Amino acid sequence: MSEARHRYVSSDRRVREDRRFVVGKGKFVADIDLPNTKHIALVTCPHAAARIKSIDKRAALKMPGVHYVVDGRELAEATLPLMTGLDTPNVPRRPLAVDVARYSGEWVAAVVANTRAQAEDAAEAIDVSYEPLPFVLDAEQAIAPGAVLVHQAHGSNVLLDRTFVWGDVDKDFKDSPRKLSLRVKWARSSTVPIETFGVVTTWDPWREILDVYASIQMPRYADQIGAALKIPSSSVRVHYDVDVGGSYGVKRGIKNTVLAGYLARRLGVPIRLIEDRLENMRGGDAHGPERLFDVDVAFDDNGVVRSMKMRALENLGAYAGRSPFQLGKPIGSIVGPYKIRSVQYRAIAVVTNKTTQDAVRGFGQGPTNLALERVIDEVANVLNLDPLEVRRRNLIRHEEFPYMIPSGTTYDSGDYHTVIDKVLADTNYAELKKERDRLRAEGKLAGIGIAACLEPSGGNATFEALLNPAITTSTFMDSCRIVVDGMGAITATMHTTSSGQGHETLVGTVIGEVLQIDPDTIRVARPDSLNSLPSGTPVGSRMAIMLGGAAFHAAQKLKAKLTAIAAHDLGIPPERAVYKDGNVFDRNAPQNKRTWADLVQIAHRNIHRMPDGCEPGLAVSHIYDVPTGGTLPTPDGRVQMYPCFAFEFHLILLSIDPDLGVPEIVRYRLGHDCGTQINPKIVRGMTMGGIAHGIGAALHEEFAYNDEGQLIAQTFMDYLLPSSHEVPAIKIIDHETPSPHTVLGQKGSGESGYLGAPAAIANAVNDALKPLGVSINTLPLKVSKLGDLIAEARAKKGGK
Amino acid sequence: MHTLTRKEKPKESHMRIELTVNGAEHTLDIEPRTTLLDCLRDHLGLTGAHAGCEHGVCGACTVLVDGVAVRSCLMFTPQAEGAAITTIEGVTPGPGELSPVQDAFCETHGMQCGYCTPAMVLVAHALLADNPEPTREQIVEAISGNICRCTGYAQIVEAIALAAERIRGANRPPELRK
Amino acid sequence: MLADDENARVIAGGQTLVPMMAMRLARPTQLIDITRIATLSYIRGDGDTVAIGATTRQCAVERDKLVATKLPLLAQAIPFIGHTATRARGTIGGSLANADPAAELSLIALALDATLSYRAGSKTADIPAQEFFVGPMTTALPSGACLTGVRFPVWPGKVGVGFHEVNARRSDFAFVSAAAQVELADDGKAKRIAIGVGGIADCPFRLKSAEQQLLGTTLDPAKVNEAVRAALADVEALADLHASADYRRRVAATLAARAIADAHAHAQGKAQGKPHAH
Repeated sequence: MSEARHRYVSSDRRVREDRRFVVGKGKFVADIDLPNTKHIALVTCPHAAARIKSIDKRAALKMPGVHYVVDGRELAEATLPLMTGLDTPNVPRRPLAVDVARYSGEWVAAVVANTRAQAEDAAEAIDVSYEPLPFVLDAEQAIAPGAVLVHQAHGSNVLLDRTFVWGDVDKDFKDSPRKLSLRVKWARSSTVPIETFGVVTTWDPWREILDVYASIQMPRYADQIGAALKIPSSSVRVHYDVDVGGSYGVKRGIKNTVLAGYLARRLGVPIRLIEDRLENMRGGDAHGPERLFDVDVAFDDNGVVRSMKMRALENLGAYAGRSPFQLGKPIGSIVGPYKIRSVQYRAIAVVTNKTTQDAVRGFGQGPTNLALERVIDEVANVLNLDPLEVRRRNLIRHEEFPYMIPSGTTYDSGDYHTVIDKVLADTNYAELKKERDRLRAEGKLAGIGIAACLEPSGGNATFEALLNPAITTSTFMDSCRIVVDGMGAITATMHTTSSGQGHETLVGTVIGEVLQIDPDTIRVARPDSLNSLPSGTPVGSRMAIMLGGAAFHAAQKLKAKLTAIAAHDLGIPPERAVYKDGNVFDRNAPQNKRTWADLVQIAHRNIHRMPDGCEPGLAVSHIYDVPTGGTLPTPDGRVQMYPCFAFEFHLILLSIDPDLGVPEIVRYRLGHDCGTQINPKIVRGMTMGGIAHGIGAALHEEFAYNDEGQLIAQTFMDYLLPSSHEVPAIKIIDHETPSPHTVLGQKGSGESGYLGAPAAIANAVNDALKPLGVSINTLPLKVSKLGDLIAEARAKKGGK
Repeated sequence: MHTLTRKEKPKESHMRIELTVNGAEHTLDIEPRTTLLDCLRDHLGLTGAHAGCEHGVCGACTVLVDGVAVRSCLMFTPQAEGAAITTIEGVTPGPGELSPVQDAFCETHGMQCGYCTPAMVLVAHALLADNPEPTREQIVEAISGNICRCTGYAQIVEAIALAAERIRGANRPPELRK
Repeated sequence: MLADDENARVIAGGQTLVPMMAMRLARPTQLIDITRIATLSYIRGDGDTVAIGATTRQCAVERDKLVATKLPLLAQAIPFIGHTATRARGTIGGSLANADPAAELSLIALALDATLSYRAGSKTADIPAQEFFVGPMTTALPSGACLTGVRFPVWPGKVGVGFHEVNARRSDFAFVSAAAQVELADDGKAKRIAIGVGGIADCPFRLKSAEQQLLGTTLDPAKVNEAVRAALADVEALADLHASADYRRRVAATLAARAIADAHAHAQGKAQGKPHAH
């Protein structure tokens, strides 16, 4: 870790946000209580696909407390479709189904009533007449000829089918002595925060402002609301000081907000839509990736992989917002941490009659890492080499950075071999193998699982332009403003919501570091969207880099201004003015100085003592664009994506009761390198949470559907989130390879643990199954599946 | 989620209920189908208890009933009559202050988004009142009925262990005794 | 009250009823809270039985010393029911009347041949556990009846117990569970044996043929295996999101054998049968 080269950065500081949460004074959207608020409950389609023949609202409208019922037709006439990422005009997306409902749970109508209970009572009384239609659930079936079409007007179920070839893949395959193919499936799982999405909105027709309070994590949120409601974006005021109860990508909430916003304007009352758990699971459009990989690699007898072909088929669900882009983001690290020289990548995104997904932590990286890491293990398996050794041979070496990968992104820095060495210094690999062998001798199935994965961070989302050439966005900015008031108090502002990442603490720490002032004295506030500077929001593991960068530069500007004011007032050339701990003194005569209080006085009240051309007051801001950004894809599909690459190395020992198929993680070590850690408590917490999340995706979680297209995992009794029993004790070993691109050397860590845990667990399970001669490459690795697989294998071998 | 109202409405669809919450008496006139969670949040303004699933799995709605952690989304308000209800607001010592348990959670950063946190803190209070020296396994078991999606539990377990250590060291009884 | 309104329901702990109501799957017009009836909450030794009132909280049974000594099988199984927070409210009677196919209490009641008592109007009657669980979430309670208590027979002598279950997460409903109680004669052979399996079919059930085969034997593991496998060979097991039918049937045999082994060791005084969650 750092040798105290910073005063506040990297030190073990408390997270200031925690104080309000431990006493129950977080401000979550359900806590917002505006007078005369009305509540929404949804009417949902029970069929996987159906034509909506009629909606009879009469009985509902007569029920106690009911004010209004809106259906898809009415909403469609008054609003524009929601923004999508790809150019797919025949696959429009709207908050309520219009004429056709395309998945079980899709929202068809909304009831507005005095209380939520009354709205639910009335929602039951709405009589919708459906004509069930044929449906398709499986992605491979959806692309087969003659498939049932989810959107007739689009003509097929394919929203994206793009193949990229970087390097001479054919030649590399031809020249390689060995090849192997593997199919890997990441089943449909998502982040499922404990707080569902909610929005409270109210329209002021005199000021012409729509106030929006939402549990939101969504770039361009105000823009999209305005566009859909056909009001100026400057008529939308999003309150960023709402605490978000977890999101990890999924709280995009745009359909909820457009629906509620429309009703708020129509009815002239505040409207509240808080999804209940069923509405959320079935129709909240917060599902996650369901991706099928077919991977081929070409390698030599030493296990060095030269080339890779990957086909990724994504089951989007019935509609698509940004979700197809989750096939594009992994392009920015398509070879993982390895020196694979050429890659062919085919990305296919299809619609089916399942719930829509939007964006999940990692934006496609977790599933891609799973595929890659399973393949590397299989290479080792086929050659009878140790999987760790095979990785060592393939990993990019420290001295090879900056390293450009075939798809055009340059990795900034890394020292993968050292991270691995550090983990193995803590946990001896040979000893771990002995422990595995002991477990095997006791009659268990036991395996060691490794994963070496990258966390791309910084959010340079050029995959948008890559997958949709109509998009030319190359700006991915964030911002910070600092004001020192007339009393000398410092207030910084950040311009987005947070869902537990400790951004206020981040900003205070960085500014305090630059100004050499205790961060706890620095107020960090969140204005609303009308008095904010631009922000890309917490996506793409970007905030430590981007918000940290903006805060750093703003603080530098303030420091420079204070120094200039002091130099002028001291009558010395600027080079002699030294800033220290909030005061400025003359290098040649240190007793001549201006204190913080002096400088505040001059800036705020003594314009006659200010340098020419220097604005009064002490207000600065910085809008920071993503490092290494500013280029768009080349015609052959190469582009710089994210600027920084954190690294994680998972080492797991896992044991399975062969008769029951129950896996147990016996030992878990993680080596983590995200460069400079601005707040170690925050980083560690993120990583632990990410691993828990990964355990869920690997072993327990699935949005399972039955053959009738019904989501059968729609409550927490069937969608199984890890409890404290399911997460073992984990030891994290840190290393810091700073990024050359960021203000403090920091890289992102918002997705850490999650990106590699499923891969490591899958590898451990497969290592455990190896003596039986079977393997499994579909998540989740459920108890029953493992049990049946083991029993079948044993039966084939003639019993144990 | 809200349960259905009666099909045939009797003359009064409300009940008069007396609740004791955080040591204070309240007389309420509410529909009996109102869960304790909704009653606390919507009628008493105690918004520290949160709705996560409303079917008794996630534990975000946890309150203490006579010192025992229960899911308030699974109780109807009339069932809480006669019991001493404690919410997160009731274990907070005073304005701007933190209990030793709350402070320990801040020390180890045993949270991120804060949504499950009041529930976790209350479970910790109940555990430590019953067992001042819990082992790691006992702490893990005690919080196993509360789902956290952010932290992976590690720093929560550390918070409770730290709180136990500090409370023992301070030779003071834990915040809440039955 | 129950008789007057066919849509009225009894509520005790509410841990299963309220979620169903929240999802609008259960729609009672009235709820009758029976936990206020003090006479329905008790744990009493009564000669060769232990009687537990219907509204006795699961956590009270968990802590009870009489139960620990006289009904060790019940004591072993209780910590597996839900979570501490649900056992704080959930009742013995509530779980039994709910009759979830995977419920631990149903399995124990059946394994121990408990007798369940109910009251309907002014009439009271008993139903043996063997006849009580009729189907998934369905009992033999007549409409308008309310479960009032359950009596568990106490086995004297050298008794040992074993309980195992498998679930995806520690506190979920089991997808397979097995319970065994064994009484050994002085010569070390099984004088009495009860084996029950839960979670794999509509109701828990006893492995009667295995019990008969193993009675009077030394409970040799190979014979135990053979007996339980034979008893389960033709059972139609449930298949769902969590486990296949094959898995349930196969693992039921494994867990039953383990439960019997534990009970055997426990009766011999070798090891206190430790509760096993897998």
